[in-house]
Amino acid sequence: MPRIGVFVCQCGNNIEGTVDTNKVSEDMKNLPGVVYSRNYKFMCSSPGQEMLKTAIKEHRLDGVIVSACSPHMHEKTFRKASEAAGLNPFRCEIANIREQCSWVHHDKTKKTGTVKSIDLTRMAVERLKRNKPLKKINIPVTKRALVIGGGIAGIQAALDIADGGRDVILVEKEPSIGGNMARLSETFPTMDCSQCILTPKMVEVELHEKIKLYAYSEVEKVDGYIGNFTVRIRKKAKYVNEDLCTGCGECIEKCPFKADSEFELGLNKRKVIYTPFPQSVPNIPVIDAPNCPKIQKDKCGACAVVCGPKAIDFKQTDTVVEEKVGAIIVATGYELMPNERFGEYGYGKFKDVISGMQFERLASSSGPTGGNILRPSDGKVPKTIVFIQCVGSRDEKKGVSYCSKVCCMYTAKHTMLYKHKVPDGQSYTFYMDIRSAGKRYEEFVRRAIEKDGAMYLRGRVSRVYERDGHVMVCGADTLSDSQVEIEADMVVLATAIVSRKGADILARKLGIGYDRYNFYNEYHPKLRPVETVTAGIYLAGACMGPMDIPESVSMGSAVAGKVLALFSAEEMAREPIVANVNERVCNACWDCVTACPYSAIEKFSVKDRQGEAVRTHAKVNEGVCQGCGVCVAACRSKAIDLAGYTDEQVFSAINAF
Amino acid sequence: MKIPYYPGCTLSTVAKGFDASARESAKVLGFEMEELKQWNCCGAAFPLTPDNLAGLAAPAKVLSNARRMGDSVVTLCSVCYNVLKRTNKVLRDDKEKRAVVLGFIEEDYDGGLSVVHFLEVLRDRIGFENVKKIAKRPLKGIKAGAYYGCMLLRPFEDMGIDRCEAPTIMEDFLSSLGAVPVDFPDRIECCGAHLSMGRTDVVEKLSGNVMRSAAEKGAELIVTSCPLCQHNLEKSQGAVFSKTPGYRTVPIVYFTQLLGLALGQDENELGFDKNLWDARPLLKERGV
Amino acid sequence: MNIKLENSSLKSPVVELIERISGELVSNCYQCGNCTGGCPVAYAMDIAPTQMIRMLQLGRVSEVLEAESQWICVSCLQCYSRCPKGVSAASLFEAVRQINLRSGRNHAEISGLAASFLKDAPQQALVCGFRKLVG
Repeated sequence: MPRIGVFVCQCGNNIEGTVDTNKVSEDMKNLPGVVYSRNYKFMCSSPGQEMLKTAIKEHRLDGVIVSACSPHMHEKTFRKASEAAGLNPFRCEIANIREQCSWVHHDKTKKTGTVKSIDLTRMAVERLKRNKPLKKINIPVTKRALVIGGGIAGIQAALDIADGGRDVILVEKEPSIGGNMARLSETFPTMDCSQCILTPKMVEVELHEKIKLYAYSEVEKVDGYIGNFTVRIRKKAKYVNEDLCTGCGECIEKCPFKADSEFELGLNKRKVIYTPFPQSVPNIPVIDAPNCPKIQKDKCGACAVVCGPKAIDFKQTDTVVEEKVGAIIVATGYELMPNERFGEYGYGKFKDVISGMQFERLASSSGPTGGNILRPSDGKVPKTIVFIQCVGSRDEKKGVSYCSKVCCMYTAKHTMLYKHKVPDGQSYTFYMDIRSAGKRYEEFVRRAIEKDGAMYLRGRVSRVYERDGHVMVCGADTLSDSQVEIEADMVVLATAIVSRKGADILARKLGIGYDRYNFYNEYHPKLRPVETVTAGIYLAGACMGPMDIPESVSMGSAVAGKVLALFSAEEMAREPIVANVNERVCNACWDCVTACPYSAIEKFSVKDRQGEAVRTHAKVNEGVCQGCGVCVAACRSKAIDLAGYTDEQVFSAINAF
Repeated sequence: MKIPYYPGCTLSTVAKGFDASARESAKVLGFEMEELKQWNCCGAAFPLTPDNLAGLAAPAKVLSNARRMGDSVVTLCSVCYNVLKRTNKVLRDDKEKRAVVLGFIEEDYDGGLSVVHFLEVLRDRIGFENVKKIAKRPLKGIKAGAYYGCMLLRPFEDMGIDRCEAPTIMEDFLSSLGAVPVDFPDRIECCGAHLSMGRTDVVEKLSGNVMRSAAEKGAELIVTSCPLCQHNLEKSQGAVFSKTPGYRTVPIVYFTQLLGLALGQDENELGFDKNLWDARPLLKERGV
Repeated sequence: MNIKLENSSLKSPVVELIERISGELVSNCYQCGNCTGGCPVAYAMDIAPTQMIRMLQLGRVSEVLEAESQWICVSCLQCYSRCPKGVSAASLFEAVRQINLRSGRNHAEISGLAASFLKDAPQQALVCGFRKLVG
């Protein structure tokens, strides 16, 4: 005979306002199997929980019903309390008489609410009678992390995890780590030189004994589940032997062929054998095969001739490696919306209309113009420069609806850099709003306007066109209610931050969610910003939405904390709400295998003593199963059931209604 | 191939050259423009307020007449094209409005008509490469500025003939005739439209900007597809620039006049004499 | 200038009428000024397009109805083409015109037209002009 205790919570007035909890608890005493029943003001409070534990011990309860708020709120609380009192937590069930009863009924006479609460509680009691005392499932954890993306977020995550004593594999698609931050000149609000603060971290990554860096590589396939991922990584052919190359750069000197530099965003050319920028980590050049005459047509090969260590290998091919990791961090970053998208600004055809990131390259001392602001068309110094904010952002019709967050700040920075480099020049900035919410950000923008003479105009630019070597800008200043025309020498567009091309493909490989802009989805935007709904996969940096450097770094460290916590226990405990197969009934139709969205069901072969296969049946991998129950619905023979939500449990609750 | 043709009021009167040159050119290119047996003015302004159903009555009548003759109707005037195409979309997509308007004009129309501009016929049905092949009198590199105006392109969702900010259909057309198209920034800006009725100062400024923009880029001739644009540009050229020393006046012609010329028609039959600035001296000078 | 905002004037019946006729929602406009920036005739208007919408947002309808701007608008649709929110200032101007025209307040008189204009203007100018300026 079961010994069930029922505890009906008043939740102050939240439940008691429309439910007579005393009547409910009295009514439960009539149910066979219920040996103790009472109501209480606040079950979730410390005294409430203590009372629950005491009752379990004193009345030797083997099952507990708490009729209160949604299980989302406090199921964990009451199960923990039950466990502390020696009861299996899965013998504690919640009946939701708040969100599903008291909050939706307004009958102050309490008649309706009470009748329904009695029903809900009775259903829960009947169900509880069929609850099995399930045990948590323990799975082993590979204590190694994979970081995809070597920008500042990925670098920070890798360093923090490695400093925490765990191994890290960092995979970066470009020949060097550094990401977009390596392209920047100075950073707001401190005006630190970006590469000066970034390169020490890059070097730390390279030298750290716990970090294995795969540069010029991409993640090809991911299998497995939290604690037990198997990742296939493709190391693209560099045509340079990493073990022999000393990074002397002779090959780059000698190479006679050039191509557009991706790093310089088309403002300059680079050699066909190249490193993206001088401080590249690793400092090993790669050959751009499609543009290399030696690889394409067997002509040239100058680099191999001058290479002292004989590190050039034109016959090199991609290699694929497999790594086992326990957690994956996605830190793949962002790109800018291409200039070619904007018809009213010239479709990318006007040479002196450039993007914010291209301006960073001009301002950067290691950039194509040595840090001088010069017009790409004729190399002259622009005396009048126009910055246009919100290009593509906040534009439901032709761009993206969101705000790209960092442009107001970097545009103010650009006006200051411009003023410092061209003291007799004048900058104009067209803005809709100024978003400078971070620490010392507002003061930074005011400095641009008050100290460095930046002229801020509130309005958008309708169009830009070329005339007589100038760039004509037609916009508005709503504050003075005027149409504004400026004859500029150069225009800088603060183009929208967008997700990287191929972000959706990677997301599907990993099994994580993404939104309509291909930014990755976090588990909960407020309370769980660095995790995804896929256990074991975390997010850091701008791959989830526009953000600045402090935020990216914070996320990198936050993610490291999560991963180190995951790796801190020997094994990982999982909720036992998993499906299991009754092997005797299963007729191997494999509908469940097809239906399972997590690929958690395998085709298991039963072998005899000689090792011969006798029959097959479905088998659930308890480490992967998420307890969704789709297989239970799909199974024709009712051979599969969900622990904690068995058919028996569910039907008994329905029948009790 | 016969395509039903809607000329519109202006092409039947003031802009006869536009109409005549188009018909002749069509013949040479292998299709016949069959004028609608019955037609009325399209209204010259698509009602921008969706509640104005009365404004849809006239163009709806044109569409239903055209539908009786075939499954497309071709127009030359940008404004007619704009009104008819936008009306067609409303009648096709909004069942309620269609019922009210068609009931009012007592016509049937199943929405199956496709409204095309003459340039679309050239681009999509004949192909500019074929036009090039047939052109007997290529335009010998004359620098021609294509002036689109507003009605041909906007709004993009309804018109869709080309990109709004950097269209190329007229430039491709001019290239196929052997002219050198000149890109000038104000080619998609408004000429002033109906403000020639009462605010000629505004028209002079707007059209003046267009002419100046084209002159700065070296255009020797301006090509349009709308009689109102043609009128406004000519009037502004006259008023403002005849007084400006150093400014060279340029002929403003309809695109079909050039087409007809290139296809071998007699230049004296193309209506160049009706334009305020005759294009023939320029053509003669270049040996076309 | 000093304006006293009343709750009742914000979504006044006239503003709602303008929204209904035009099919536009004035609250969609976030006053970026792109329309004014690209409008070819804004220089000749007494109230620029951005301001016109702002006034409708504030309920200052009579000023908009009495302005000259609506009669200068040529419906070139450059405003709509570039607006990042898909608001058509041209449609709003048209609604304002319609309210005036439908109430009998014409902006042009046929008798006032110059003879030279009547002689060589293309028909469409007259038709279009009458549609826009005469009720």
